[in-house]
Amino acid sequence: MTVMTAQEQVAAGRHAAMAGERRTARVLIALALVTTAFLILAPLVYIFWRAFAEGTSGYWAAITTPETLHAIWLTVIVTVVVVPVNVAFGIAVAWAIARFRFPGRGLLMTIVEIPFSISPIIAGISYLLLYGRQGFLGPFLREHDITILFALPGIILVTLFVTAPFVAREVLPLMLAKGSEQEEAAVTLGARGWQVFRYVTLPGIRWALLYGAVLCAARAVGEFGGVSVVSGRVAGQTNTLPLQIELLYNEMSTSVAAFAAASTLTMIAIVALIAKTLLDSRSGHG
Amino acid sequence: MTVALARIRPKRVLPGFALSLGTTLLYVSVIILIPIIALMISGAGIGWDRFVRIVTSTRTLDALRVTVTAAAIATVINAFYGLLMAWVLTRYEFRGRALLDAMMDIPFALPTAVAGLALTSLFASTGWFGGPLEAAGIQVVYALPGIIIAMTFTSVPFVVRAVQPVLEDLDPALEEAAKTLGATPWQTFSKVILPAILPAWLGGCTVSMARSMGEFGAVVFIAGNLPGKTEIASLLAFIRLQEYDYRGASVIALILLVFALLLLLVSNLFQIRAARYREGGK
Repeated sequence: MTVMTAQEQVAAGRHAAMAGERRTARVLIALALVTTAFLILAPLVYIFWRAFAEGTSGYWAAITTPETLHAIWLTVIVTVVVVPVNVAFGIAVAWAIARFRFPGRGLLMTIVEIPFSISPIIAGISYLLLYGRQGFLGPFLREHDITILFALPGIILVTLFVTAPFVAREVLPLMLAKGSEQEEAAVTLGARGWQVFRYVTLPGIRWALLYGAVLCAARAVGEFGGVSVVSGRVAGQTNTLPLQIELLYNEMSTSVAAFAAASTLTMIAIVALIAKTLLDSRSGHG
Repeated sequence: MTVALARIRPKRVLPGFALSLGTTLLYVSVIILIPIIALMISGAGIGWDRFVRIVTSTRTLDALRVTVTAAAIATVINAFYGLLMAWVLTRYEFRGRALLDAMMDIPFALPTAVAGLALTSLFASTGWFGGPLEAAGIQVVYALPGIIIAMTFTSVPFVVRAVQPVLEDLDPALEEAAKTLGATPWQTFSKVILPAILPAWLGGCTVSMARSMGEFGAVVFIAGNLPGKTEIASLLAFIRLQEYDYRGASVIALILLVFALLLLLVSNLFQIRAARYREGGK
């Protein structure tokens, strides 16, 4: 046994430390993979496992019942209305807040974020208290024979509420970061308002806009709590797909039907995630 | 007045101020503010005595206790899971890292009803997890653990996504300096890294808590909804509506709204601290 020089001792110490770090890394990575497999991957896989428990024919039979098809159709209509409206809203908010200074600007930013932090159930109840029979606008609506609650307009309104911040919160930070020099230059050169937006602003924010729209659509398709308050939940009429899933599950928890319906929403979620990952790399989001 | 105008004018070279702000204010009023004000007026309008009576009824208090307990435990679980995931995703290179990163967003993308359905059937006695757990004498579905699992699942991304960017921005020189000065890995973590990520971490936990307290879709599937035992506050509000007890519903919704707004305020404070820390560090 030779005695180690000081240099060798330092090197050995560093070597041991690095080996220790590698061991820690391996343990932590393994822990992360195992917990994620149990917590997140398992539920996702289980949906498809149960949906295809009776093979593809059983799956198709479950999906193509008239009530489930109607629920899918209703969900598509709601999403098709909600997403463009909230894209337009997101652009308006971003333009007003990022390009101008006015009193209450900070407050407006906070208010736009509210739907993100409160329970959809609260949204549903608020709409009921406003538009319901005993609600503040109830008598007026009855007089003019306007139906909002327990029908399509109510479902759309609550979904608009729940998904309102999604586009704004993607586009606004980007427009703030980009600044307004280019747009001001365009105005100075004689561009009209819509030309400035179309040719200067839009190319810079289009990916963030698309990204926000994807998130908005994913949320709109899956909205449950708020819609369950205002939809009236009539199968084949006002049941959206998430509500239909609950109905099918409560009718018979062992059948394929609920899982087959849920699998369509799961696939939409996965497509949205893939789109999000692709857009992340383009729009430079973290 | 002229001074104020002069200060504002130069900023308004760009067109569209009236149009964009007008649209925004109209939309925000109709879609967000007026409904919430209706809830506040309705909840506050029933008078103090009745308000207190509804809030302090055993069923309401039980529901609030179940909600806060389950949400708090779910938040603690997510605090540690989120920290682990943020650490592993930013610090280590391994195969499947990008996929694991993308999977963190699944609970946001997946509709809550689907999450509820999947978790309930997974933990039911016929499910993959429920069978073995039941054999070991652990009841998850229709019990508090089920509510906790549903809340944990739906709020997974908050802590991960709050801590991740801060860890990425952290100057590696700080850690190397600590190491050179003889700090053990644990000392480096607790004395150098933890203080830097603390505001973001706590901010993520606050949002996670807010989300868990408001969660409805996933919980109603798994909870069994037994009054006094597994009935959460948002479900009780929903049940009151079904009974046409609009006052009862609006009072419970109002309490949940106040909780949510308070947590939003706290998380904003943490965000400001976190932003200040990040700017100061550069």
